[in-house]
Amino acid sequence: MKAKIHVTLKQGILDPQGKAIEHALDSLGFKNAGNVRVGKYMEVDVNEPDCAKADVQVKQMCEKLLANTVIEDYRYELQ
Amino acid sequence: MKIGVVVFPGSNCDHDCQYIFQDVLGQYVEMIWHKETLLAGLDAVVLPGGFSYGDYLRTGAIARFSPVMGAVKAFASKGGLVIGICNGFQILLEAGLLPGVMLRNTSLNFICKDVYVKVENAATRFTNQCESGQVLKIPIAHADGNYYTDPVTLGGIKANAQVLFRYCTADGKVTPDANPNGSLDNIAGIMNADGNVLGMMPHPERSAESILGNEDGRLIFQSMLSSFGKPELQSRLIGV
Repeated sequence: MKAKIHVTLKQGILDPQGKAIEHALDSLGFKNAGNVRVGKYMEVDVNEPDCAKADVQVKQMCEKLLANTVIEDYRYELQ
Repeated sequence: MKIGVVVFPGSNCDHDCQYIFQDVLGQYVEMIWHKETLLAGLDAVVLPGGFSYGDYLRTGAIARFSPVMGAVKAFASKGGLVIGICNGFQILLEAGLLPGVMLRNTSLNFICKDVYVKVENAATRFTNQCESGQVLKIPIAHADGNYYTDPVTLGGIKANAQVLFRYCTADGKVTPDANPNGSLDNIAGIMNADGNVLGMMPHPERSAESILGNEDGRLIFQSMLSSFGKPELQSRLIGV
């Protein structure tokens, strides 16, 4: 199975990269763009045919390493 | 004293730390490759600065799973003295040995310059050779030094006098302008509740010898060494 994982900063956590991109979009004339947040996207092949077991493993991967849950949220889909 | 300096792939201040403890302060230093799983006979452990594992994913996020970190945790839990400098601080945060996380500097720049920090608590194993309120000039060199934690944790470490260093002006005023990276409450260095683990973003090993024109950083290493002769400092929360 392939896990498609998104890691994003929690709401309220300052995102300096997002702010810089927001300013760049603004100066390019995209006046309607706002609240830019930068996150990470990861793909992981999981050699586990059982969807429920793969789900448990991916959740552990996120909790232990892929996201720092003090400041980041994660979500994923399994395909 | 026998000091262990951990070497991760990508550490680049390891030899500076070795030099300070060995050549400037005359201690025995052992370099510890990150694959080691035992820390035998050491009095203190240094997690040096650098870019362990290329800072991939998050700073310190992968280094914290190096085999040696299990041994560092065991050493710290028995009261062993641990100092993490810059990337070492980031690793201690990811490993959960210190509370909080590092965010990208608000300027998004890698900042390499001398800064001033105020000693907030001089009754610790890392600051006993400083005066309370003393201003130290020590360089920083990082892109991710913007300390953050939740309000409850922040309140706890402040109430517990675990904040040892705060960015300040040359005359010791803790102001927003003196904050180089956006760090919460101008925090530059904190210790754990037991008082035996310190993380700090400034590099004292780069300012610990007169030939470098600045010796302020040496006070931190001298404090660590002298704390072994001060039993009152071994137990936590002296002077709080």
